[in-house]
Amino acid sequence: MKQKLVVIGAGMASGRVLEHLTDAAPDAFDITLFNAEPRGNYNRIMLSPVLAGDQTYEEIVTHDDAWYAERGITCRFGEKVVKIDRELKVVEGENGHVPYDKLIFGTGSNPFMIPMPGHDLDGVIAYRDLEDTQQMMGMGAGNKVVVIGGGLLGLEAAAGMAARGADVTVVHIMGHLMERQLDPAAGYLLKKSLEEKGITVLLNAKSTKIAGKNGKARALLLDDGTELPCDLLVMAVGIRPNTALAQDTGLAVGRGIHVDDQMITSDADIYAVGECVEHQGEVFGLVAPLYDQAKVLAQTLLGEEAAFKQRSLSTKLKVTGCDLFSAGDFAEGETREDIVFRDPARGVYKRLVLEDDKLVGAVMYGDTGDSNWFFGLIRDGEDVSEMRETLIFGPAYQGGGSADPLSAVAALPPEAEICGCNGVCKSDITAAIEGGAEDLGAIRATTKASASCGTCTGLVEQLLQVTLGDDFQMPIAQPICGCCDLTHEDVRRLIKSQELKSQEAVWQELGWKTLNGCHVCRPAVNFYLLADWPVEYQDDPQSRFVNERKHANIQKDGTFSVVPRMWGGITNPAELRAIADAAEKYDVPTVKVTGGQRIDLLGVKGSDLPYIWSDLNKAGLVSGHAYSKGLRTVKTCVGTDHCRFGTQDSTGLGVKLEKILWGSWTPHKLKLAVSGCPRNCAEATCKDIGVVCVDSGYQISIGGAAGMDVKETELLVQVPTEDEAIEVVMAITQAYREGGKYLDRLYKWMVKVGLDWIKETVVDDLDNRRALVERFELSQSIYRKDPWAEQAKEAPRFAPLADLTLEAAE
Amino acid sequence: MSWIDIGHINDIPLRGARVVKTPVGCIALFRTAENEVFAASDRCPHKGGPLSEGIVHGQSVTCPLHNWVFDLNSGKAQGADEGQIATYPVQLDGDRILLDSTSLGQRSAA
Repeated sequence: MKQKLVVIGAGMASGRVLEHLTDAAPDAFDITLFNAEPRGNYNRIMLSPVLAGDQTYEEIVTHDDAWYAERGITCRFGEKVVKIDRELKVVEGENGHVPYDKLIFGTGSNPFMIPMPGHDLDGVIAYRDLEDTQQMMGMGAGNKVVVIGGGLLGLEAAAGMAARGADVTVVHIMGHLMERQLDPAAGYLLKKSLEEKGITVLLNAKSTKIAGKNGKARALLLDDGTELPCDLLVMAVGIRPNTALAQDTGLAVGRGIHVDDQMITSDADIYAVGECVEHQGEVFGLVAPLYDQAKVLAQTLLGEEAAFKQRSLSTKLKVTGCDLFSAGDFAEGETREDIVFRDPARGVYKRLVLEDDKLVGAVMYGDTGDSNWFFGLIRDGEDVSEMRETLIFGPAYQGGGSADPLSAVAALPPEAEICGCNGVCKSDITAAIEGGAEDLGAIRATTKASASCGTCTGLVEQLLQVTLGDDFQMPIAQPICGCCDLTHEDVRRLIKSQELKSQEAVWQELGWKTLNGCHVCRPAVNFYLLADWPVEYQDDPQSRFVNERKHANIQKDGTFSVVPRMWGGITNPAELRAIADAAEKYDVPTVKVTGGQRIDLLGVKGSDLPYIWSDLNKAGLVSGHAYSKGLRTVKTCVGTDHCRFGTQDSTGLGVKLEKILWGSWTPHKLKLAVSGCPRNCAEATCKDIGVVCVDSGYQISIGGAAGMDVKETELLVQVPTEDEAIEVVMAITQAYREGGKYLDRLYKWMVKVGLDWIKETVVDDLDNRRALVERFELSQSIYRKDPWAEQAKEAPRFAPLADLTLEAAE
Repeated sequence: MSWIDIGHINDIPLRGARVVKTPVGCIALFRTAENEVFAASDRCPHKGGPLSEGIVHGQSVTCPLHNWVFDLNSGKAQGADEGQIATYPVQLDGDRILLDSTSLGQRSAA
């Protein structure tokens, strides 16, 4: 005879109990599930992505109707439990009684509402369930929202609504955000990132009252008299275990429902699981311990031995796109020392707290890749004195100079936890891989690892690679060249963060193994230095490939090609005459029209270069930089000047852009084009940056190429005015200059950072956009000039140092 | 040996090179970051690239055409490439660069 099991509350913890039970013993129980919310179990952690519009409710449903039906679970959703009669063992719902043999409380928690005046007004909500989320989703441009609480939930709510265009203010009573998980420095970075998203953050702010009008919240008042008008007020200050029903039932209740190690309450036939319980004085809010409890409870119900043990916890969170991690104790103390790493440009902060040669705490912001390793060190109390110097750089830097991140994963013990949400350890995953799970999807399906919050995805992929070897393809970071152990990305970061402003500083501080690099790394480092420190760093021609040193393209016979600039492809008889004269004077064997709408003089002798430049300069012609990892040309069509289809002055814009951008150095060549209408005669959609004029403005698209790879651009944004088009093009160029890996065309950079990120930071974030333009202008104040004019003065340098052929003949 | 004065060391850019025309062909004079000077054939044995236009790093130069790397002490191609460039005696007298004309002359006679 089946036992009757009644479960109150269809949340994530009780849902997990049902999964375990019905998997292990499908026929053991006759199950009835009550839920006050009119729906089944969904992944509450993922409400934030729903709010932000990244996912839909349907996507975060854990158990749908079919799931319950398949497992024969009777669902009574949208029905509250009124009363429990422990003597008769009956649960009384709003729509009738259900007898039970075993009863589970999964009543979860309630959001805590500060009982300040006005908290019961309309328009004051918590952030707890789908209804709250839906109300917040109704907030958009023109709406003002105040969020009380600078913890995880409050910030997720704030970011979600800000993304929808609402004007959001976060009011937090403490001195920095997320003070329980973060130290002040990381809190500062988080605040900065929120402010960049347009969110106002008020710290040390004490709310006193919610003012109302016609029964609806109108404004939040602070104790300093500030009045913050709002259409919606979200209180996200914490949760309290929901114990009302348990208390009425006569169970032992403290802060939560008391349970023992087997999740049994003070009544032997009644269990509790999840956020509603109190175990050894602790209550729980993170998903990992709840899933542990669920597993123990399922085993207990099936008569197996199991005990819930609290584990030390680390918090790895994603708030508004920023990776955060904290673990252990990171308060300062006399016996403690800190190791701090900051990368202001990338917004990365890492801090380790050491005491007695052991790692006792860690806080990370912006880059949490190695957090599991650090957490292991804290948990195991390992002696870290030997690796103290390189500790902050993570496992890749420990032991024999192994720079392979995979070795760190390979070195993890089998019991190392990979997925904190679902309590999946390394051996579970390797067993699954051996059982045939050969990709991330299969691992998720078989072990649940990385299937909840997803932050361990990278780790799972690395495990796949370690276990499967070559059968699993994943790109791994390569050092620039044999001269160093660092990747391009690392070198760029460190040049910024350590403020390295000379080649010597780079060689010294970043541990170069050669005296002054090689032909691979030195041009890259030269570029990174001049891009990041245009004022402080002096460009070094001897660290450039010959073309950029000679300002001409070397040909296979050692001669050079000379390409004067033709702004936007426009020239005139005087320029053409000067080019013709120069071609004759210097015996140029080949004169060719290029694809970038200008004229190439091929076969000029190296020693003639300064003289031909000087002649061309006299006619007003300057270097076309046809040789540079920098701006090449801006190709145009004739636009409204002559074309009957032209919608804007594409030629004029092309000329303007070329005059603004010329001389700038970029990771690889940068080609632009402006077409006057969507017929696109200037072929703008296969350029690094292309502008296609339309009647209503300018469509700017990026990431095109027509070389080894042929790429069509992707639309970045359409802007109404020429000025804005120019601003966006400058900003995107600067962002690429600052972030791109040397010799990556723009499309490769775009793939790495993502078009969405570019839209967000370069286009939509107006402050950042302006800052990029300013930095571009600063750099251009030095580099926007004609190298030919300068080099022409150095003519003797282009001649042989000596000619011994005559002397020898004598 | 008969040393002839070719020029001042500052006539060659630091980590750069200049060419000297000789009866045996163009010779490149390389100046390293440490102010050492090396003399070697300007012509890469691979496809004739002008080594004086290459990037000088350590005591090596990389050919600008196809990135062959030569050790300036031995003239030997490094890494996977096989090849050799002629090297010539050169010395510094204070700031003056001196080349041995006999070694150049002998080669021309040979």
